[in-house]
Amino acid sequence: MRRERLSVVANEPVGPYTLLRVGRGGIDPGVPGQFFMLEAPGRLLPRPMSLCLAPSRELAFLIDAIGPGTRSLCALEPGYELHVLGPLGNGFDLEVERPLLVGGGIGVAPLPYLSERLGSPPAVLGFRSDWHAEAAALVPNAQVCVEPTLVTELIPAGLNVLACGPEPMLEAVRAVASGAQLAWEAPMACGYGACYGCAVEIDGRLKRLCVEGPVLCAA
Amino acid sequence: MLLNASGCLDAIAAPDVARALDAFVTKTVTPLPRDGNTPVRIAETEVGMLNSIGLANPGIDRFLSGSLPQLEQLGVPLWVSVGGFETHDYEEICSRLDDYPSVNAIELNVSCPNVEAPVESAQQIVAGSRLATRKPLWAKLSPAVSDIGEVAKAAQAAGADGLSLVNTIRGLKLDSRTLQPVLGLGQGGLSGPALKPIALAAVATCYRATSLPIVGMGGVRTGLDALELVAAGARHVAIGTTLFADPDAPARIRMELHAAAQERGWSTYEDAYAAAHEQALSLRTT
Repeated sequence: MRRERLSVVANEPVGPYTLLRVGRGGIDPGVPGQFFMLEAPGRLLPRPMSLCLAPSRELAFLIDAIGPGTRSLCALEPGYELHVLGPLGNGFDLEVERPLLVGGGIGVAPLPYLSERLGSPPAVLGFRSDWHAEAAALVPNAQVCVEPTLVTELIPAGLNVLACGPEPMLEAVRAVASGAQLAWEAPMACGYGACYGCAVEIDGRLKRLCVEGPVLCAA
Repeated sequence: MLLNASGCLDAIAAPDVARALDAFVTKTVTPLPRDGNTPVRIAETEVGMLNSIGLANPGIDRFLSGSLPQLEQLGVPLWVSVGGFETHDYEEICSRLDDYPSVNAIELNVSCPNVEAPVESAQQIVAGSRLATRKPLWAKLSPAVSDIGEVAKAAQAAGADGLSLVNTIRGLKLDSRTLQPVLGLGQGGLSGPALKPIALAAVATCYRATSLPIVGMGGVRTGLDALELVAAGARHVAIGTTLFADPDAPARIRMELHAAAQERGWSTYEDAYAAAHEQALSLRTT
């Protein structure tokens, strides 16, 4: 892991979300599903964000402004410098035969980079509204559904599922796709194993998502 | 010396961060393994951070067989933080650690706000532990007492070799929409900037109350924060919450600490030791 001050290139709206693009500096983009801790200006703690896109000399993060930290990140102006630490945690295993990407809401965030690395495999994406579904434009070859239709209704059998989304969606995906790779999330203070804050109960055990995940294989 | 506050760094997961310190303090070890408290376990507030981790640790058996051999490879002096629910728990762990030359010191966590408090007083725990080990014993005290100087005196009388000041202080955060507690446990320990004036007062009080060396901690974000604790009477300084936001903090704070001392006319930060007491200003009562 490496921590550097990176300069904001642009903040672009994508439906209700914001795509924060920063200069890459000397930071490695890592494996899809790995994450970075982004300094949230004016806040005590950084915020964990998975990498959305890795264009040349840039890192891009898709952010949902849901609290004071994410709001400050979405309001950054080009040229502002913020500390970025990463890449952190374990990403998706890319050695899969018939990948299917599954995303829900802001859980679409790591899928564009994942899609790029896997050669644009099919994807199914679920959103709560047409406005949110504008983020689907970031993922090629995607079938999109909007509530009340759920992504789990669109998952064919026999594919290697790689999923990211809200916890209920991941639980539902796990129920229909055994062996799926699931990217979880939890509040994190540090992202590198120090705070023990991101422990989540999975299969009856508390796991530190930052070092044991965030991508975990469903039992 | 610059240390980490217990529970704020996993040296096995981040060995380079630990190597930037003068000594590494482990997460608190208890007799039996503990998963810790129900998530959510951390929350940011306007003035600091709340945690309700609840002493998640592998227990003393797995610590000695699994963690300690790995920590020994770091080449950094090791302090082991010890916790429990009764004096016997502390005695047992201290006695077992006594056989390990790689353990340089023991910090007795008698003040975790996230577990049921030990029923015995800090004095009894220190006294029991003193009989169980020859290693230096540092008592980590809570600032949430009416007179921390009295607790410090009792710890010294019981055989403590030093004081770690301070542990977190209990706080509560409510979700702004639902007005329900954010943390799974409800309340948690408040750390970060809000703790700094509390830590300074505790260090200054215990400096006057005892002759024990002090590790000062609480809200240290910069070298100047560390220098203030030294001026209040801390021989050493530990970094806590800041490590979460900045794993490069040890080297940065060390550099800033020396610079801050020199800017104020001291050749090293050690020369600033207890400088805040020279005018004895806080002894006066009005």
